[in-house]
Amino acid sequence: MTAILDILEQDSHATPDRIAALTGLPEDVVRQQIDEWEKSGVICRYKTVIDWERAGFEPVHAFIDVSVAPERGSGFDEVAARISRFPEVRSVFLISGGHDLRVIVRGADMKQVANFVSERLATLERVTGTQTHFLLKRYKEDGDVFFEVEADHRLMVTP
Amino acid sequence: MKPLNKVVVETPPSGIRRFFDVASRMQNVVSLGVGEPDFATPWRIRESAIYALERGYTTYTSNAGLLTLRKAIVQNIEDRYGVSYDPETECIVTVGVSEGLDIAVRALLNPGDEVIYHEPSYVSYDPTIRFAGGAAIAVQTTAADGFRVSAAALEAAVTPRTKALFLSSPCNPTGAVQQRGDLEAIVEVAVRNDLYLIVDEVYDRLTYQGVHTCMASIPGARSRTILLNGFSKAYAMTGWRLGYVCAPSEVTEQMLKIHQYTMLCAPHVAQYAAIEALQNGEADVRGMVTDYDRRRRFFVRGLEAMGLRCHAPDGAFYAFPSIASTGMTAEAFAEELLQEERVAVVPGTAFGAGGEGHVRCSYATSLAQLDEALRRIRSFLGRRNLLPGESDGRPAEVQP
Repeated sequence: MTAILDILEQDSHATPDRIAALTGLPEDVVRQQIDEWEKSGVICRYKTVIDWERAGFEPVHAFIDVSVAPERGSGFDEVAARISRFPEVRSVFLISGGHDLRVIVRGADMKQVANFVSERLATLERVTGTQTHFLLKRYKEDGDVFFEVEADHRLMVTP
Repeated sequence: MKPLNKVVVETPPSGIRRFFDVASRMQNVVSLGVGEPDFATPWRIRESAIYALERGYTTYTSNAGLLTLRKAIVQNIEDRYGVSYDPETECIVTVGVSEGLDIAVRALLNPGDEVIYHEPSYVSYDPTIRFAGGAAIAVQTTAADGFRVSAAALEAAVTPRTKALFLSSPCNPTGAVQQRGDLEAIVEVAVRNDLYLIVDEVYDRLTYQGVHTCMASIPGARSRTILLNGFSKAYAMTGWRLGYVCAPSEVTEQMLKIHQYTMLCAPHVAQYAAIEALQNGEADVRGMVTDYDRRRRFFVRGLEAMGLRCHAPDGAFYAFPSIASTGMTAEAFAEELLQEERVAVVPGTAFGAGGEGHVRCSYATSLAQLDEALRRIRSFLGRRNLLPGESDGRPAEVQP
């Protein structure tokens, strides 16, 4: 059954019919299983991986490491949730190491991201410090490679 | 000038070559004609080879190959199939399975000795046996038997000159996988007639239905088996040219002489990479096998849906559908499919006369390409009124 998830993770367009062909499972079983997963939240949603730069846009991404004074009772959760609610925030992780949270922010330009950090993020109660790293070039993200993939060097027909 | 070697001169060039020449001059071809993985070698293995180059591992190795590699090879065989070999005396690292087969038959055969093999099968078996001075005796397998080799058919071909039985499983081009019971019966034939068993198991890891049984693991087989395998298929390492042979030391001792005088050793960097493959490549193999298996199901179903009967190919990465319903020869089907729809498949006859009525389609290509190939084959058949439900059941005339 995990094969179904595996196939959908690679291609959210894969139809139950196609998944049935690939796995050998009956189509109605595939359809029903996907239905269940959509309801139970195993499948959160279907999305598309876009190379925005190739599409002619150049959004600015920044990785912001945030130091937080944790709260009694809720630890980092409350602050992390507050940060997560900003639409420009793409990801929020609690991490080990020198800082506490790693936040990924997307903005139209550098100024917008800088303003967000200085006015919104750094000023939050319990945020004690931030360190901003602007993304310069994306090579691979979530398993997708963003540089020239290797060509097929095989001959046309071989024994 | 004096005539060249008679055996070689009389050997026709591979039937695959002609298709290659035609297909490679065309644009926009979807090729199902490629007999190798579409994956590049997993990065960890390539990275290991780069390291070997940086460290200057560019010399000869011992003739039999790096001992670390031989140890890893025999360990892998023991873990997988429960057969043990001595890495010092019973294992030789070869330049692909092709060299392994060559030195095996050269070590075994005296002029005129016969080797019985099965067809349809890989194009090199017959010439390699004949180049070694032997006589290659083909036994035909059929779609009705799922292209599995029967012990009875092999035994019927045994003569006083027979020296060895040759078997490849999983089989290129048919995808047939010999079952344990088949192999047990074949071993009995070998014992009864005192024959060697030469087995090409290079597709062993690419077995999707059932399990691969290693010939040497059958009781009574090990002492007469020459086991050939390699890294090309399981690890997507065709271009590295690396295989190995495991056999009793009386045989490997003679094989090693041929190997050391003709080949010296397999490429050092490739051997180094192969160690990484065996030690850390398992997850990569499993990932590729899962992928092939999905494409196999998808593609076979696609062929069946347009009326091209296809026995279930349990191993390797080929579908070998029957095109008998089209009334065309394998050669004509492949030729016209290539000309009209730009899909390259290989006529079954390239793998022996018994391949007539079939074409080999490699599904070691991307899902998108398989989709497109199926679409084009459908249109090819549709133009001839050969799609199920659209034909009158009789093979249509081939249109000009």
